[in-house]
Amino acid sequence: MSLRNTARAWPTLLRVGFAEAVAYRAEMFIWVLATTMPLVMLALWSTVAREAPIGRYGETEFTAYFLATFVVRQLTGSWVFYDMNFAVRNGTLAMRLLRPVHPLWTYAAEALAAMPLRLVVSLPVAIIALVVVGSRGITHDPVLWGMWGASVIGAWLITLLVNLLIGCASFYIESSLKLMDAWLVFFFVLSGYIIPIDLFPAGLRAIVAWLPFRFQIGFPVEVMTGAHDRAGALALLGGQWLWVLAGFVATALAWRGGLRRFAAYGG
Amino acid sequence: MTWTSSPLRYLRLLRTQVRASLLLGLQYRVDFILDGLTGLFWTASAILPLVVVFRSRPTIAGWSFGEALMVTGWFTFLEGVLEGAVNPSLSEVVEHIRKGTFDFVLLKPADAQFLISTARLQPWRATNVLTAGALFAWGFHLLGRVPTPRSLAAAAVATAAAIAVLYSLKTLAVSAAFFVVRVDNLAHLFDAVFDAARWPAPIFRGVVRIVFTFVIPLALMTTYPAQALLGTLPARTLAFAVAGAASSLMVSRMVWTAAIARYTSAGG
Repeated sequence: MSLRNTARAWPTLLRVGFAEAVAYRAEMFIWVLATTMPLVMLALWSTVAREAPIGRYGETEFTAYFLATFVVRQLTGSWVFYDMNFAVRNGTLAMRLLRPVHPLWTYAAEALAAMPLRLVVSLPVAIIALVVVGSRGITHDPVLWGMWGASVIGAWLITLLVNLLIGCASFYIESSLKLMDAWLVFFFVLSGYIIPIDLFPAGLRAIVAWLPFRFQIGFPVEVMTGAHDRAGALALLGGQWLWVLAGFVATALAWRGGLRRFAAYGG
Repeated sequence: MTWTSSPLRYLRLLRTQVRASLLLGLQYRVDFILDGLTGLFWTASAILPLVVVFRSRPTIAGWSFGEALMVTGWFTFLEGVLEGAVNPSLSEVVEHIRKGTFDFVLLKPADAQFLISTARLQPWRATNVLTAGALFAWGFHLLGRVPTPRSLAAAAVATAAAIAVLYSLKTLAVSAAFFVVRVDNLAHLFDAVFDAARWPAPIFRGVVRIVFTFVIPLALMTTYPAQALLGTLPARTLAFAVAGAASSLMVSRMVWTAAIARYTSAGG
């Protein structure tokens, strides 16, 4: 399982993953439809904002915010946990362990390989957003766009690592599915997915600032819609990548400990 | 052997099935805490936007905070029904089809839809009913009144219609599993749309509103029972809801029958 082996296998893994994503494109399309929550939220908030703006959000700002949320979710979403949980439960993880590449790397490759199709889906929405909102709702600063790119990668990594970490929890506990459910609840509420974080009551906002959730959705969206200046965005980017690092360490440890407990049944 | 020809037998069968899943549920007592907590957080996630909105103004689209809480209460209640009684049973169908074990269901001397729909219950999801009750109490406390017996009766009828529609839609989604095998996503899609039912329907406008009234009748599911409880639901609307529920049950039954006719076992 050397790094060289991984580096050599990686392009092939990506190609296979991409072929798989294309093969299941209908599934992917339904998944995209299932993530239209931001658009539903947009319907609610724009009704509210039509009467009077809330905080700094008028109708235009809400539209920009939630279309950006849709794009960011498409680019960072991950469901590796379900594959991994299934593989641990029915023992097919054993087959992945036999390959000369670390299973976590193959999972990461599969997740990454779905990206081109996701881009195809989210690009039209991004363009519609630009046409509807005009260029007012979105940042013009190229440096901020660069940071946006970094923040999306960070958000993708956090989401992937959380998936893998809770996947590793399947080694230890039986109800890791419930654990994922619990994580998802927090994610939906506290990430800025359904309410922009700056609309939270002050006490809650202070707590949320320290949690990883807002770095999964809210932070890239805020950068995209120009809510932060360069210095503010850079500080938050640092915080985000600290969470990435923490997730990486935690996943590596959980995997190492969990694998010892793994017993493949059947044959 | 349909349930109309031997209703008693089906009642007995229902009792056995419910008992089996209750016993199964009692084995996983930790789930009680986890499900209960997750349910509470989901409810909190439904209320938080309301709190944020109503902090800045007394009404939206004609609904006050107390009234909107009624809708959230019914949403919580129906979510409990959906995840405690409808989803677990119907998601088993998908598994059966994939593995080809649906044969065993069809071979049993009872109606397949009945067997499948009553196969799995998650008793711990009943915590949602308690949460919903608390939300109603909170809402009525804010409104400073209590529901009349008449509005309670209307709410009961509207809820029955809501559950019928919910069940029919879910049955339609599962029937799709006979045509396209990988249907787990379709169930997710339904749940995602259902999420929008947590707010009063008048909040939505334009195309979205038409879709949510006629295509996926979210208004019927949560807004009508809430209005019934508040005593503001016109009798005609209630009659329309009951008629809609009855016809959706019929359609879903027809589609289900057509779908299982297409079933060709797997393997052999």
